[in-house]
Amino acid sequence: MHYAGAPELLKPASRKFIFFTLVSGLLINLLPWHGVALTFRPDFVALVLLFWAIREPRKLGFVAAWIAGLMMDVGDGVILGQHAFAYTLGVYAAIVLHRRIQRFTLWQQASHVLLLLLLLQTTMLIIRLFGGGVFPGPGYFLSCLTGAILWPVLSLLFLLPQRGRPNADSVYSAGHK
Amino acid sequence: MDHQAPPFFNHGPSPLARFVFFASISLVLMLLDARLNALDSLRQIISVAVAPLQSLAMTPVELLDRTGNFFVTQARLQNENAMLSQRQLVQSAQLQRLQAMQAENVYLRNLLGIQQQRGENVVAAEIVYAGRDPFSQKITVNKGSTHKVQAGQPALDEIGVIGQVTRVYPFSSEITLLTDKDQAIPVEIVRNGARAIAFGHGQDGALELPFMAANADIQNGDTLVTSGIDGVYPAGLPVAVVSKIERNSAFAKITCIPSAGVNRHKQLLILVGEVRRFQKPDPEVAGATDGKTPVLRKNRP
Repeated sequence: MHYAGAPELLKPASRKFIFFTLVSGLLINLLPWHGVALTFRPDFVALVLLFWAIREPRKLGFVAAWIAGLMMDVGDGVILGQHAFAYTLGVYAAIVLHRRIQRFTLWQQASHVLLLLLLLQTTMLIIRLFGGGVFPGPGYFLSCLTGAILWPVLSLLFLLPQRGRPNADSVYSAGHK
Repeated sequence: MDHQAPPFFNHGPSPLARFVFFASISLVLMLLDARLNALDSLRQIISVAVAPLQSLAMTPVELLDRTGNFFVTQARLQNENAMLSQRQLVQSAQLQRLQAMQAENVYLRNLLGIQQQRGENVVAAEIVYAGRDPFSQKITVNKGSTHKVQAGQPALDEIGVIGQVTRVYPFSSEITLLTDKDQAIPVEIVRNGARAIAFGHGQDGALELPFMAANADIQNGDTLVTSGIDGVYPAGLPVAVVSKIERNSAFAKITCIPSAGVNRHKQLLILVGEVRRFQKPDPEVAGATDGKTPVLRKNRP
């Protein structure tokens, strides 16, 4: 078994950077998406939340997920609490699974993330169906797929600031000067 | 890698406890919002935090739009100009007739002692974005309560009714399109004056007329206009054209296509005249509904 995370020692992510990624996620979600692009648009806030919940479960918690959820609810003009509930559920699942997920390669992680995103999307679907909505068709779940495909890219991007040195040797020698 | 934390590294409540806590607040919020509509003030407060992000998200798109506008070809502009001036000519002729008729109408109404129809002030608004929520048919426009937009006011384009303002923020407002599943509009068939209520159909961008008897006098191609008996929409605005009728059961299944470009345009008009409120029957006597803004919605189960 190949452990993707094992050979690399990463610096802990700074809270500022986590906050920055979360705000960027919100910003991208709030772009005026419509039509086909909207169908394929992954929920960037959910991706960012899941990423940090898996990577740094002590630094990003339920409060951030819940507040980001409320902001998405207002931004999208939907029932207050819909995204908040789904995001807290997703973060909970991610925190429970984070040790397991971290051990896989990026693409294997992506398959886990696909399931988590499907969980989020299904939660929101159930909430809306209870509120009297109609199922908008199977295309509703496409965004989960694009989200999972984006996962490896996002991971590499988000881990960049924590890669202090190009390889393990230089980290070792720097530590023993 | 992360190690299993020894028990003396205590990190507060367990994830499960935290999840249950936040999930239950969310559930309470959802119930309050969906059933009682009690959270408008909270929504306004959060919107203060979201609004800067939204406008920031809009900037690149607007920039692109502007650069696009800058590179419009001259030929296209000339064409458009010619078309517009032609239309202007036609419309000014119509306008003169309309003014004459309006004056006459006011005079006649005075004679009859009928209440004056409200003067229609319009606010031109631009669509900021189409709704991102796949469950509802809503758009957000760039005019809000600072431009005298109120919840309940109708939104039109140059052809007919588009929808109704349902939520107002200081600098933007949300318009629910006629095609939204819960949106209703009182209509009248132009050909024979029969009244009905058209409901949105949701995804496929159609309207339907429920509660019409199977033998109702309605044909394919009939034009539906607002009947004006609701106090929200002025009478006579085109709404939809009947496209399909199935007379299989006790009630006919009538599908209509909206006349206005419900999701085609970038600009639209909001009628900002005072939303007319009718004297409600005494609630003690009739058990009537509360006197809130007349946002027309199907009763939820």
